[in-house]
Amino acid sequence: METVTLTIKEQPPLYVEAEVFNPDALAGKKAEEIADLPLPMGKTVCKVGDYFTVTGNGGATAADTKVVVNGDLSKVKYIGAKMSAGEVVINGDADMYVGAWMTGGTITAKGNIGDFAATAMKGGELNVEGNAGNYLAAAYRGDWRGMQGGRIHVKGDVGSDTGFYMMGGEIVIGGNVDDHVMIHADGGKTVIKGNAKSRLGGQMVRGEIYLFGSLDLMMPGFRHVGDVELEVEGVNAKFAEYIGDLGERHPKSKGQTIYGKLYQKK
Amino acid sequence: MAEYLIKNGFVFDPVQGINGDTKDIAIKDGKIVESVGSGAKEIDAAGKTVMAGGVDIHAHVAGPKVNVGRIFRPEDKNLAPWDVARGVRRMAGGFSIPTTYRTGYKYAEMGYTTVMEAAMPPFFAKHVHEEMRDTPIVDQGAYPVFGNNWFVLEYLKDKEIENTAAYIAWLLRMTRGFAVKNVNPGGTEAWGWGLNCTTINDPVPYFDITPAEIVTGLIEANEYLGLPHCMHVHGNNLGNPGNYETTLDTLKLAEGYKAKNNFGREQVLHHTHIQFHSYGGTGWGSFESKGQEIADYVNSQQNISCDIGFVTLDETTTMTADGPFEHHLCELNHLKWANVDVEIETGSGVVPYVYSPDIFVCGIQWAIGLEIALLANDHMRFHMTTDHPNAGPFTRYPRVMKWLMSAQARDEIYAGMKHEDKVRDRTTLGSIDRELTLYEIAQMTRAGPAQTLGLSHMYGSLAPGLDGDVAVYDYNPETASDPELIESAFSNAAYLFKQGELIINEGEIVSNGNKRTLWVDVKTNENAQLQRDITLKFNKFYTVTEKNYEVYAHHYVPNPYVIEIDATQ
Repeated sequence: METVTLTIKEQPPLYVEAEVFNPDALAGKKAEEIADLPLPMGKTVCKVGDYFTVTGNGGATAADTKVVVNGDLSKVKYIGAKMSAGEVVINGDADMYVGAWMTGGTITAKGNIGDFAATAMKGGELNVEGNAGNYLAAAYRGDWRGMQGGRIHVKGDVGSDTGFYMMGGEIVIGGNVDDHVMIHADGGKTVIKGNAKSRLGGQMVRGEIYLFGSLDLMMPGFRHVGDVELEVEGVNAKFAEYIGDLGERHPKSKGQTIYGKLYQKK
Repeated sequence: MAEYLIKNGFVFDPVQGINGDTKDIAIKDGKIVESVGSGAKEIDAAGKTVMAGGVDIHAHVAGPKVNVGRIFRPEDKNLAPWDVARGVRRMAGGFSIPTTYRTGYKYAEMGYTTVMEAAMPPFFAKHVHEEMRDTPIVDQGAYPVFGNNWFVLEYLKDKEIENTAAYIAWLLRMTRGFAVKNVNPGGTEAWGWGLNCTTINDPVPYFDITPAEIVTGLIEANEYLGLPHCMHVHGNNLGNPGNYETTLDTLKLAEGYKAKNNFGREQVLHHTHIQFHSYGGTGWGSFESKGQEIADYVNSQQNISCDIGFVTLDETTTMTADGPFEHHLCELNHLKWANVDVEIETGSGVVPYVYSPDIFVCGIQWAIGLEIALLANDHMRFHMTTDHPNAGPFTRYPRVMKWLMSAQARDEIYAGMKHEDKVRDRTTLGSIDRELTLYEIAQMTRAGPAQTLGLSHMYGSLAPGLDGDVAVYDYNPETASDPELIESAFSNAAYLFKQGELIINEGEIVSNGNKRTLWVDVKTNENAQLQRDITLKFNKFYTVTEKNYEVYAHHYVPNPYVIEIDATQ
């Protein structure tokens, strides 16, 4: 596997849209070609080399390419977006849309990532050692198709509206979450190791939420149906089982109505 | 103004009967002329296809409905890359509900020079005109909707054709409108009562009039005035299995009527997006095509025309003044829904829709449009539309041309369908090996619509004296064999002239042109009753005063082209 290393050398005056910081765009390209790629900023289009030093060449294919991005990336959007294979490592805090629309490959963020990470993700893996922002694994604004596959693991805390319109895949959150988890979800699974605030599973049709910590307020559309012993993320424990959101239209399978499930550790 | 000579192209002009002959086309002072001087700028069109500028008879491209779609579907912008500003072009984006700039640029790139906005709510006419004003290059006009308007319902209930005609003339002037549009006659008003009219004989609540009476009344009023375009109807019961019977009933209402106008138009009824109205079956499970029955009937009647509304198998945004239909569609796909009631005039709804080749109903809808167009005898009366954006974006016209011109291209779509056998089984398309010619395509896309609109004295042909609207496509009909070339060439005109001005040069847009807004100003006899009714309705029902209703002033229609008619008797 070939490694391309992109190190920020100067903070841009505006936010830049790094739509090429992914193995698919950099595969088959030499360092000097990569430095010449477009980097939109505001209404202008800069070059990657204007703000980043580039070392190493891309591999023959995306799967053979590893992209390492270094420095303070808090003004850099779209790192790893739309990638289908290969690897991305982010050494620093990144801005919005990390791994958005990704379909495969692995992203490892050593710091924090911004809002809208993994928007409409379909496959691959996103590992975050710090915190993630709002709308993690959500649908794009206005869209009804959120995360559909793949796996996300955030060691720290996550903002609000995680898994908005989620349809599939898995999210594991080591820390706490803000309001709104899996709103409108129609599938998928979210595990929250820490605490949650409120509106978990609002308007959820299908899908599962596992909560280890406390919950400030349970949605009125969820009904307690019993307690179950479960193994979740390697932990065996007793969970209170809720079904919901009862205010929604739910599909039927073999005569049985399918509900969203919310499990809270007792 | 510059003179141009477009040399040695393969010219297709059905109005003059020119079928691919190698000819020169001369342009001077904004018009097509017999010849130009030696100083004329020459365009080498050898090996290329030359046609008059395209004319779109039915698309939803401007106004509140379109804008509701833009506002509530931000995700639509992800379906197509945005274009950065360059040269004379402004930034443009959007796919099924593009920005006004992209609308103008994309039509120009397809070689289109005239686009009619298919449904203008009179109350929001100002918004429609503001968006048309901001759509570069193409000439436009807009059809105000009449089929659920309280004035019309009340007059036609009492068979008052003269009053209806006077009202139409007044409203066309107030809204700077072009033609009489009639959407789900009576049904949208019934929707205000939670009901619909699904046959031509369902009475409209309170008004106690039937869709059949609205259709024939508007035909009579339209011919009383002698408008350029005929009554343009979107029939009742759109989109439902078995609706072809309603469609045939609607079309038959035109029997016995004869066009009266000075614009060379022979039709009295134009049925729009007829694909959506050609369905058999008693439910979604038994859904099937009745395209053959519909095509046969339209073929047999000289005084009607239709546009197709081809389904393009895209993710798109549906929008129509047929409010009850949009509610029905939302109940089917459970996506978002917007609904508006427009005072005493009309209503509308907007719902996103994904025409998936994996869903057999969508596959059959795709096949029905092509089936009707391939069963047509006279392509001057079957026009190219996708009912943009309802059955698909207008940017797909070149793709539809590819399907119409190549059985191989159709088979490729069939092969990608999950339920290919079922789709083949429920339509006759699979047994049709006809491939349309460029001559027939030119009839469907420019000559025919221009004639149906009553604008054949301006558009649709390359005859001397007509507007200098000419498209040159990099397509050699003698050597091209790959159907993909059809789509790419007709999506990217090599040259385009609008009113004699060079708009596209070697594939690049070099001018935003001098777009005009067409509207019809009809002089009628003084009508005291109409004036009394207008005052009464504004005092009693409207939220604005009569004084604030009219679309006037330079701001809304900066470059009008007024067609004046004297209907005083």
